[in-house]
This record gives sequence, structure tokens and C-alpha cells, in this order.
Amino acid sequence: MVPVSTPTSSTRRPASTALAFGPALGRLGWVIASLATFVALWQVVAMIAGDPRRFPTPAIVFGVMSQLASTGALWSNIAVTLERLVYAFTAAMVIGSIIGILLGMYPKADQFFDPWLILFLNLPAIVTITLCLIWGGMNQTAIVTAVALNKIPNTAVTMREGTRGLSRDLNEMASVYNFGWWKTLRHVTLPQLAPFFAAAARAGLALIWKIVLVVEAFGGNGRGVGYQIFIAFQEFDVATILAYALAFIIIVQIIEFTVMQPLIARVNRWRR
Amino acid sequence: MAALVNGALAAQPIRIDVKRKIFPAVSGRDAQLVLRDVAFEVEPRSFLVITGPSGCGKSTLLNIIAGLDTDYEGTIDLGPGKDRLTYVFQTPRLLPWRTIEENIALALPDGDPRRANIPGMLARVGLTDAASAYPERVSLGMQRRAGLARGFILEPDILLMDEPFVSLDDPTAQSLRQLLMDLWHSHPTTVIFITHDRAEAVQLGTRILRLAPGQASVVQDVRVALTDGERRDRASVAAEQNRIFATA
Repeated sequence: MVPVSTPTSSTRRPASTALAFGPALGRLGWVIASLATFVALWQVVAMIAGDPRRFPTPAIVFGVMSQLASTGALWSNIAVTLERLVYAFTAAMVIGSIIGILLGMYPKADQFFDPWLILFLNLPAIVTITLCLIWGGMNQTAIVTAVALNKIPNTAVTMREGTRGLSRDLNEMASVYNFGWWKTLRHVTLPQLAPFFAAAARAGLALIWKIVLVVEAFGGNGRGVGYQIFIAFQEFDVATILAYALAFIIIVQIIEFTVMQPLIARVNRWRR
Repeated sequence: MAALVNGALAAQPIRIDVKRKIFPAVSGRDAQLVLRDVAFEVEPRSFLVITGPSGCGKSTLLNIIAGLDTDYEGTIDLGPGKDRLTYVFQTPRLLPWRTIEENIALALPDGDPRRANIPGMLARVGLTDAASAYPERVSLGMQRRAGLARGFILEPDILLMDEPFVSLDDPTAQSLRQLLMDLWHSHPTTVIFITHDRAEAVQLGTRILRLAPGQASVVQDVRVALTDGERRDRASVAAEQNRIFATA
């Protein structure tokens, strides 16, 4: 069972788009001004440092980025990493949600497994990663597993919290009005879990995209953004490291703005 | 069909017989006897009010009748109306993520012909304009009206109500009581209504059952002798209230 954002027939939106447009433009202006200042500062510091190999200017980095893009290396490596990210993210959300919901529903099981959860929560990422790669070999499954294992306990904890907080009042209402299990799940349970799922997903994306690069550096099999950064590290090629990092930040931010934020806005639209 | 159900109902009262209801001991508190030998019948299409101070077991009794609490000794016989039972709760218990109209519609199965009555019901409770609003964005009074509409849209044979008008200002509560009486007159149904408000008990009920704290059982069972016209008159209600509760 995968809790997803709640489906409704309603197309009504409480906030007026026309009103929201003005502030959005204003916010975009601030973002552009802020980033421009950052790049200018970077330029100044790079010029003072005077060592373009160890501290390249923005122009050099963007040059490397466009060169990597033109050879196709940038896109193919980003595609490989994104694929791993999607697999690991999906696995972490599905498995973590199932564990969390079960623990939230059964206090006895929770009592027993809670120490395990604490154990895995506190297991350093580097340990899970090295063990997965030693036991599983340098293959796609081991890489995805290593990434997912770092997120599953967090998802489980968040979803357990959501499940514990399910309203008994509303369950009684559903029972008196003969909702049945499907209607109860769809209209009573999942809408209560949706905000927790959205929060876990958002935090999950932020954690997973960082972890996936580390795992790739260890066992990237010659492919993926993390592996390219690792190679560049061995060659002290800072411009390439920054080029890949910037490209990946842009991609992840696009996911954040086009998927995560609309998802969160949707599950919270009924709040006053 | 409805006539047949009503016919069967007319012949058979609801029989409540709770021998014992105990809240088990929890850390720091002993086990507690909440109800003892509470036995009574409710005639079909009568309006029974159960009253008594907070903590005397009223809500527990109603939860037992509704089938939400099955941990008790005794028997509850709701008769043929048990499949058409609704419960209007103390808090409206609307789904905050569904609109007022969706909340009312959800009480009915998909494709139920009674869904056609929803616009009319919304108009009766004065919620036509708020139909597509989310519950948390309207007033408590409006939420309670939505709760009433949800209860009545099912055309129930048994309607349980647990202090449905508490924490409202007096004019709002009064208009909701009027609305309840109107709905009840247009769809006569067996009502079991809980309140600690004596004036409300006298104004609404055809019969009053009093529970007392500490005794966990019925201490008074009395008929309310008021006509519909007198129920709208505060002085008549007050006089009847004095008569009934004089023995308190």
C-alpha cells in the first residue's frame, strides 16, 4: 500500500492565481538579485585567489559545463544518477511508509522494533554504503539499496507519527456512517497521512540526492555524476566538480518546484 | 418499503438494558463503574432526552447504543431501525479535507438516490452558499448545521445526538434547536438526545430521562407536557422545567 496524495473530484482552488502572480514575480526578482550577488562575490574571491585551477571563476565553470553538455557527458551522467535517485526514492518512500504505518498501528510491534529503528537512524551513511557495496558488489542494485537504506528509517519515523495521530473521532464517524474500508481509507485515513507523506518525500529528496552522489563515488561503475566528481577529485579538476554540482542542483531544484511544492500545497489546500 | 419499515418500527420500541459498564483501571486511577442497571425503552418516533451533569455516563451510554463501545454487560435491541441509524456528535466530526457538500454526500453510498436531496437539504439548513467551502473555513454554527444535514440526509429511523449544540452562542443554538424540531417534524424519527442543559431538554424532548452522578443509573423518567407552540415560548419552557426538575 502506497499512500499517495489524495484524489478528489474537486477542481476548486482557494487562492486566486491572479493575486499570487504579483508576489511570485517579486520573489523571483529577489532570487535573481541574490544569485547574481553570489556569482559576483565568487568572481571577486576567485580573482583575489588568482589560482584558476584550484579556485576557478564562474566563467570557467560555466565554460566547462557547456563543454560537458555539448559532448553529451553531462546529460548521460545526470540521467544515470537521476535513474538511481528515482529508484532509491521510490523504494525508500514505499518501504519506509509500510514500516511506519504498521508500527503506528500496532503499539506492541512498535515497542519491539523501536530500538531497531533507532539503530538504523544512527547508523552513519558511510557504513551502510560501504557494507552494501562489499556485500552486494558494485552493481546497480547495491547502489540503489545503499541509498534507500539511508532514507527508510526517516520515512518510517515520520509515517509512524502520522499513523499514531490518526483521529479516533473520525474513525468512529466513518463506522457510524457505514463508510466501509475503502471509503475510510480514501476519505479518512489517507488525507490524514498525506501531509506526513509529503513532508517525508520532501526531506527524502533533499537527503537522497546528496547520498546518491557519495554512493556513486564509491561504486559508480564508471557512470553517474558522483563518479565523475570522484574522478575530477583525483585530478584536482575543481571546475568539473563545480560544473556537475551546479547542473545537479539546478535539476533537483526543478523537481522541488515542479513536483514537491505543488504536492505539498495540494495536500494542505483545505487548511484555513 | 418505507411504510413497511415504519410499520415494523411502530410495533417495536428500542430496548436498552445496560447491566454494567466499567472503565478499566489505568495507571493512577481505579476501575470506575460508569453505568449500572440502566434499562429503558424508547417508543418509535419519540424524542427522548437523556440529561444529567458532566461525567454521569451520558456519552458512554450513547456510544454503547451506537455500537461504538462493545465492552459492557447487557443488551441493546434497536429493532429493525438499526441499519438506518445516524449519530450527530458533540464536535461536528466533519472531514476537514472535504467540502461541506462532499461531507454530506459521503454519508450516502455511491449512486444512492438520496444524493438528489442534497441541494434541498443544504437549502433547508442554510448552507447553499457554503456548499463548496471546507469545514474549517466556516463558523462552528455552520459546521454543526452541516452535521445535522449529514444526519438527516440518511432519513434515519434512529437518530442519536450527543450535545450537538454546546459551545454555541445562545441565538445560534436556539436557531439550530428550531431547525432540529422542523427537521424532526418533517421526518419523524426516533431520537435519543443528550444534553446537560435542562431548558434544552424540556424544549426538545417528549420525554426526559435523568442520570445522576455517582449513582450511574436512571433517577427520573418523566414525560414533557408541552405542545409545539409552547416549546417556542420561553416562559412555558421555564415553567415545565421547574415542574420536572423540582425534585432535584
